[in-house]
Amino acid sequence: MANGPADFDQEQLLRMARDFWSRLRGGRRFILSAVAIVIALAAVVGSYYQVEPDEVGLVTRFGRFIRTTNPGPHGKIPFGIEQVQKVPVQRQLKQEFGFRTVHADVDSTYRKDEKTAAESSMLTGDLNVATVEWIVQYKISDPYKYLFKLRDVEQTFRLMAEASMRTVVGDHSVTELLTVGREAIAAKAKELLAELCRRYDNGISVQQLVLQDVDPPESVKPSFNEVNQAIQERERAINEAWAEYNQEIPRARGLAEQKIEASEGYAVDRVNRAKGDAGRFVALQEEYRKAPEVTRTRIYLETLTAVLPAAGKKLIFDEKAKGILPLFPLTGGQDAAKEAP
Amino acid sequence: MTTRGLIIRGALVILVLVTLSSTFYTVSEQEQVVITQFGEPIGQAIGSPGLHVKIPFTQDANVFDKRWLEWNGNPNQVPTRDKKYIWVETYARWRIANPLLFFQRLRDERGAQSRLDDIIDGETRNVIASHNLIEIVRVSNRAFEAAEEAEDVMEAETMRQVELGRDKITRLILERASQVMPDYGIELVDVQIQRINYIETVQAKVFDRMISERKRIADRYRSEGQGKSAEIRGKKERELKVIESEAYKKTQEVMGGGDAKATAIYAEAYNHDRELYKFLRTMETYKSTIDKQSWLMLSTGADVFRYLQSANATGPSPRAEKH
Repeated sequence: MANGPADFDQEQLLRMARDFWSRLRGGRRFILSAVAIVIALAAVVGSYYQVEPDEVGLVTRFGRFIRTTNPGPHGKIPFGIEQVQKVPVQRQLKQEFGFRTVHADVDSTYRKDEKTAAESSMLTGDLNVATVEWIVQYKISDPYKYLFKLRDVEQTFRLMAEASMRTVVGDHSVTELLTVGREAIAAKAKELLAELCRRYDNGISVQQLVLQDVDPPESVKPSFNEVNQAIQERERAINEAWAEYNQEIPRARGLAEQKIEASEGYAVDRVNRAKGDAGRFVALQEEYRKAPEVTRTRIYLETLTAVLPAAGKKLIFDEKAKGILPLFPLTGGQDAAKEAP
Repeated sequence: MTTRGLIIRGALVILVLVTLSSTFYTVSEQEQVVITQFGEPIGQAIGSPGLHVKIPFTQDANVFDKRWLEWNGNPNQVPTRDKKYIWVETYARWRIANPLLFFQRLRDERGAQSRLDDIIDGETRNVIASHNLIEIVRVSNRAFEAAEEAEDVMEAETMRQVELGRDKITRLILERASQVMPDYGIELVDVQIQRINYIETVQAKVFDRMISERKRIADRYRSEGQGKSAEIRGKKERELKVIESEAYKKTQEVMGGGDAKATAIYAEAYNHDRELYKFLRTMETYKSTIDKQSWLMLSTGADVFRYLQSANATGPSPRAEKH
């Protein structure tokens, strides 16, 4: 009630008045002045209020909104005629979904329970189940609407955020959600939530929506890991094959080059030798032409001189003498046979 | 006289204060008021905030909220048209649009909540039961990204085209539930599906399906790896053959070229005197073929032994010259 404090003061004063009355005669002036002082004090206290730097104050007179006040000390009409509600418009506010920060510090601690699990469990577009945790950062952009448009605006905001996130996740596959689609999903969910805020006209502007842990359900996790492992295995198999390729192909190219070089050497060798042999033959032939008979005999005899001593056994027989073969020296033959490898 | 006088004055002051507080009433920004006289509503609802006056004691100010009010549904177990059992949790926001009617029909918010339970839960069940699960989960027919890994392992039901989608289905619930609301002085401003979850027995099956899906995807990656590596090895084998055969071809050509050139050079030179070449070559052959293992049976008729029996034999045999 508007004059509640005044009522209270008067009752108290009545009791005090009886006490004083017995002792002080003609003390009515004192009572009146005491009442006036108390009322004046209540008026002073009730007409001052302060708005913190990150807030604004909304002043209502008899319930009707009349003005917004900025940070700093302010005055208002006391005794409940004007009332102030402070709204932190500068503060960045945060809601968490799927977990709660118990203690925010360098090592923040988080809590997850049945309630948060229900928040984070959702169906994906390919009718699988995933666990999605996220946060929403927001500001109060219109304090009037924030206060007077919805009752329990924060709780409503949470429901809106859940509905938006599930709508977006419901239109993505579990693979997208876990890998390539994360950013797009966060952006889309933020857009949807902002749109819902506009529709509800709740004075909230969404600043950021960030996906935190996104996981497959616990019992399905190992098989998701198996997929990752299989991807690794595929990469490894491919890499190994390429490594083999890279080892063998350059080596083969080198060997091929070596063979070609060697063949070129062979060709040059053949040609040079041919040229040498030919030059030698031509030179020899020129000299031979000058004295063929003598040269020929000389070469013949020189050759035999070289050849005959090299031969193991020499048998010289006369064409005219017959029957020499049966006298063939068998022992020598056996010796020769023994020498043979 | 003074004590009694003080009591009378005090009583008078209290009487005045009570009368005043019963005459004036305030309406705040979030309120609207229906004035009743002996329980009967009088006049229109008062929606403008500020200080107002009524007849004291006989008239009452009944305050109603003007803001959007909450209605949070309980999880409902509903079968979809394709017989999937799911929990559906909806929320709605509503406001008292006609406080007079609202006061007459429902009296207060508690009455409204139970009526909203009946209507919204009922319509939610109706709408969900007449649509397939995929219609309630998905919004559009957008194609999944990176779907190639899973497209042949995905269930047919998930590939089904969506006709309405979640947005239109929630709108349908809103529209249907809104139809009866004006009778209660209520405006239903929004209904949203907050959560959908499988019931537990279905969830277990879904998890099994997810596991087998992932296993198939993993198998595919593995065989893809094997296939790709075999492909690379094949490419390697082919290139090795190409390199080796090309090298062989090249070496043979080069060596052949050398041989040909050498042959031409030899032929050119030896053609000057074929007989001499034969003779020299034969002499060379003797040198290289006769060794310790060789037995030579030589006749005294041979040129070299011509003088063995007689110093007067004349020169080398003419036979040799004919060669």
